[in-house]
Amino acid sequence: MSTNPSLAASDTTEESAPRPRIGEWIIENLIRLAGLSTVVIIGLIFLFLLREGGPTFLDIPLRQLFGSRWYPIEGIFGLLPLIVGSLLVTVGAVFIAVPLGLITAIYLGEIAPPWQREILKPLIEMLAGIPSIVLGFLGWVALAPLIQNAGAATGLTAFTGAVILAYMSLPTIISISEDALYAVPKEYRDGALAIGATQWQTIWRVVLPAARSGIVIAVMLGIGRAIGETMAVMLVTGNAANIPALSGGMIFEPVRTMTATIAAEMGEVAQGSLHYNTLFGIGIVLFIITFAINSLAGRIVGTRGARRTGGKL
Amino acid sequence: MTQAKISIQNLYYTYEDGIEALRDISLEIPANEIFVLFGPARSGKSTLLRLLNRLSDLDEGSARQGTILFDGKDVFARSVDVSDLRRRISMVFAMPTPLPGSIYDNLAYGLKMAGIRERSELDRRVEQSLKQSALWGEVKDRLGASAFALSGGQKQRLCLARSLALEPDVVVLDNPTSGLDPISTATVEESLYTLKERYTIIMVPHSVQQAARVADQAAFLLDGTLIEVGEAGKMFVQPKDQRTEDYITGRFG
Repeated sequence: MSTNPSLAASDTTEESAPRPRIGEWIIENLIRLAGLSTVVIIGLIFLFLLREGGPTFLDIPLRQLFGSRWYPIEGIFGLLPLIVGSLLVTVGAVFIAVPLGLITAIYLGEIAPPWQREILKPLIEMLAGIPSIVLGFLGWVALAPLIQNAGAATGLTAFTGAVILAYMSLPTIISISEDALYAVPKEYRDGALAIGATQWQTIWRVVLPAARSGIVIAVMLGIGRAIGETMAVMLVTGNAANIPALSGGMIFEPVRTMTATIAAEMGEVAQGSLHYNTLFGIGIVLFIITFAINSLAGRIVGTRGARRTGGKL
Repeated sequence: MTQAKISIQNLYYTYEDGIEALRDISLEIPANEIFVLFGPARSGKSTLLRLLNRLSDLDEGSARQGTILFDGKDVFARSVDVSDLRRRISMVFAMPTPLPGSIYDNLAYGLKMAGIRERSELDRRVEQSLKQSALWGEVKDRLGASAFALSGGQKQRLCLARSLALEPDVVVLDNPTSGLDPISTATVEESLYTLKERYTIIMVPHSVQQAARVADQAAFLLDGTLIEVGEAGKMFVQPKDQRTEDYITGRFG
């Protein structure tokens, strides 16, 4: 009984095969074309970046390139202030976003009663939907005056940028690490509770270690989101391309990130000039950093898969 | 007859989705015996076990009526320290769940939470519990190895040892031999015989045959209702209820 329909079905496909084959061929190749175009476009972008930005690394002596002075008008192109600016803002954002995001994820996944979860989750997804420039605007009108009142010389600082970036990467960190917590088998929790662990001991000693790799990925993707952000950061970090003096308060001084530099100066440079090339050179540096973060995250996903099968065997 | 170790009185339990998992259960579980709860799937065995040590607290929106007395005291009283209760009524699950960490860590973890810090005491309890669960010979030279590297049967005995290390009063076993081969099953069953001298054992068996092999007392559950309870020796030879007989002899459904 049950085999007959399937036999009939395979018969019809074989009989009418010649006709749909042309259509099939077209669709198959359209799909292939779409897939390949992505690869080609990425390749072209990379070639273009290399062609425009490559001369930077050939024409400017390395000592100057990694020097601490960025004075493009005088022909001095030291990338260090911009790299330090990006690092300060990004690392600052990570230090704010990771604990906050993780704690929120733990609350959502492990502690909150269902009705609270139903309100909070859509709200957090909405946070991801806020255009970044709106967050930047908030930083400008609301956060910056607060920071200035607290005693900084100006409210537009690396810290302001870090806070805005943290809020931008929070939805990513929260939702991905909550997924990771959710994937921890219920049996782990039961196992810990059944030998007298409290809820917090269970979360800290059992659930978090089990979800560790997923949480690392959440953090990586959060950082990836933060380091590439431009406009909002440009708005609130004070736009000063100098290295703050190395001190505890350096995060409360104005900086300028790599992305902000490209956005701010691209409109003014003569095409083909060294300055123009250098802006693309900054693009290459950014590209390498994001690529490194992504492949690191990818490698962690890989080991997680391997560990899972290892655990089951 | 001495006072029952655990006394369940007119217990009803309903899950959030309205499914009545237990209906008017009354049971007396005597000390230092193996008490077996058996019945078909979804008859309420696991629900009942999870109520004993209040793992049922995790079920949101469920409703309970009736009481469970442990050594004469109400398990659900507000004054009860749930962690302490779970150390005294310790539970082993069907699916072995080693915790992240070494074999030693797995056993010492519950003890550390109970406030035991002395190295000598930890070592003593780890060794004793591994011997009781018949795992000592296989792992004594690699206590520092990851618990995930153990075989399925070893993991299950590790979980049993983890419960025993707490030196509880009652050991609750929810189908502890589900994933085990016959030899490992025999090992676990044999250790149960020795263990009942010190502990009260409540167990959901893997099969009716296992129930008949290990039980001193038995209770047959069907659709959340207690059909029959009594001495295992009589029940498995001459059940009083027709439904029990049908189930035992495999003439069911």
